[in-house]
Amino acid sequence: MTDQSMAAGPAGPAGPVPGRARMSPRKRQRISRGVQYVVLVAAVVAIAFVTNWEGLAQNFAKMDVAKQAFPDVFTVALKNTIIYSVGGFVFGSLGGLLLALMRMSSVRPYRWIATVYIEVFRGLPALLIFLLILFLPLALPGFEVPGGTYGQGILGLTIVSAAYMAETLRAGLQAVPKGQAEAARSLGMSHTRSMVSVVIPQALRIVIPPTTNQFVALLKDSSLVLFLGVSGEYVELTKFGNDLASTTANATPIMVVGLTYLLVTIPLGYLAGRLEKRQAKGR
Amino acid sequence: MTHAVEIKDLHKSFGSLEVLKGVDFTVDEGQVVCVIGPSGSGKSTLLRCVNLLEQPTKGKVTVGGVELTDPDVDIDAARRRLGMVFQSFNLFPHMTVLQNVMIAQRRVLKRGKQEAERIARENLDKVGVGAKCDAYPPQLSGGQQQRVAIARALAMDPALMLFDEPTSALDPELVGDVLSVMRKLAQDGMTMLVVTHEMSFAREVADRVVFMDGGVIVEEGPPGQVIGDPQHARTRTFLRRVLDPTYSGDDDTSETADADGGRAATPGSAGG
Ligand SMILES: Nc1ncnc2c1ncn2[C@@H]1O[C@H](COP(=O)(O)OP(=O)(O)OP(=O)(O)O)[C@@H](O)[C@H]1O
Ligand SMILES: [Mg+2]
Repeated sequence: MTDQSMAAGPAGPAGPVPGRARMSPRKRQRISRGVQYVVLVAAVVAIAFVTNWEGLAQNFAKMDVAKQAFPDVFTVALKNTIIYSVGGFVFGSLGGLLLALMRMSSVRPYRWIATVYIEVFRGLPALLIFLLILFLPLALPGFEVPGGTYGQGILGLTIVSAAYMAETLRAGLQAVPKGQAEAARSLGMSHTRSMVSVVIPQALRIVIPPTTNQFVALLKDSSLVLFLGVSGEYVELTKFGNDLASTTANATPIMVVGLTYLLVTIPLGYLAGRLEKRQAKGR
Repeated sequence: MTHAVEIKDLHKSFGSLEVLKGVDFTVDEGQVVCVIGPSGSGKSTLLRCVNLLEQPTKGKVTVGGVELTDPDVDIDAARRRLGMVFQSFNLFPHMTVLQNVMIAQRRVLKRGKQEAERIARENLDKVGVGAKCDAYPPQLSGGQQQRVAIARALAMDPALMLFDEPTSALDPELVGDVLSVMRKLAQDGMTMLVVTHEMSFAREVADRVVFMDGGVIVEEGPPGQVIGDPQHARTRTFLRRVLDPTYSGDDDTSETADADGGRAATPGSAGG
């Protein structure tokens, strides 16, 4: 019954005006949904017919090419992606915490420095920063980023993530009620002690969900390491996939690499959502 | 004789708003002084100036012979001798009850773990929440949280306890538990400065009552006089508002009378 009325639906909107006036909102909604289903089915059928499935499979899901990607996609590429992004995350968090504290400092120049840093590096594309890092040795003769290729990649990601982390952490620190620091101070704790024991631990809890999302963003940004001209044992996922795709003249490795990213990012995104919900309940 | 607290010509402004307009008073060793007054009269500000959570604009605050308003004073050291209990408890929600009471003992007084834990448990038992050591603050009732906050302050062996409306955020049936803890503290000889709307508590426990209005002390003296037979019209108006339920939306004082028999029983445990 319902199906039939839905099937009749598409004719409805084009139908005569008097009918519409008598249509209940519920009926109108049902018709609208029916139209959407019909459009969807039509689109799927059209795509299925038009697409050259064999060609696609040959280019994007070729089994023997996919096999070539293993195990290096995990043991080298994923490992490096994680090294770059965890490194950038750890140093970025420390830098971000410092910037957040500077931004809330009573010393005005500290606030200025932090504000300028945050505004500049949040406003620039991450790629631009990686390109600048390439030119560092030219600008400062004799200077070398410690840690070689890893160091350069991590530095780039640190510079970017510190700016974002600073804002997240500042919001977290300010979300801790003032009474908490007052209670700590009135127990005789110094300002630093009350920050370390009372305010920062609570702020960190508050920022865990947004920070998890930031780590996911960083994981994706680590693909920019590609532009540092890394090779061999230093390649991360994107570079690895790109190189293998070139040598095999086939896009399958890129698909493999894409799935590998999702293997990490989707659970993390899910985790962030869970943490967020739990916190919304707890507070 | 030096006073436990001595306040001289205390002024405090927030921007152009002058909240305290010259307050003078003293608290002696072992005394309980209750501060009463209408909302916005500066009671909290006065209390917060005593432990320098607010920096006075002008005037002198001396506690236990140490002038806190001296710019070179070690304020962290001075605050160790003062316990503060807030209206909103301000327990640390990320620590268990036991950790709440231990943290400052460990980090500020540098007590060993075992000693700190022993003292924490003693104080928690004393206020009747010894069974809640491993709970987190949000799992406790308001009355239990406030008693933990009192234990946290007591564990530092303060010479003076400051209370800022400690029962105002509590459900009426929980007020009695907290007041009976405070009453016991007073009996044990603790020097206390208490901002409160609980008139029957003030009348019963206070050695002296201070009535503040508009940033000045209007009237002070023994409770029988200030509450029983106020001299100033402003005091009379205020007391009528607080004591007459049809007049006020404030805490009504009949609860306090119930509370005397209430002791540390948890609500609902009628058998106790
Ligand atoms: N940090 C602050 N900044 C600006 N104004 C403030 C601040 N703290 C308090 N005030 C103002 O000072 C006045 C007195 O406040 P205070 O909290 O001392 O009153 P109170 O007597 O404790 O009142 P209540 O009974 O409502 O707690 C109020 O007008 C309040 O708005
Ligand atoms: Mg107040």
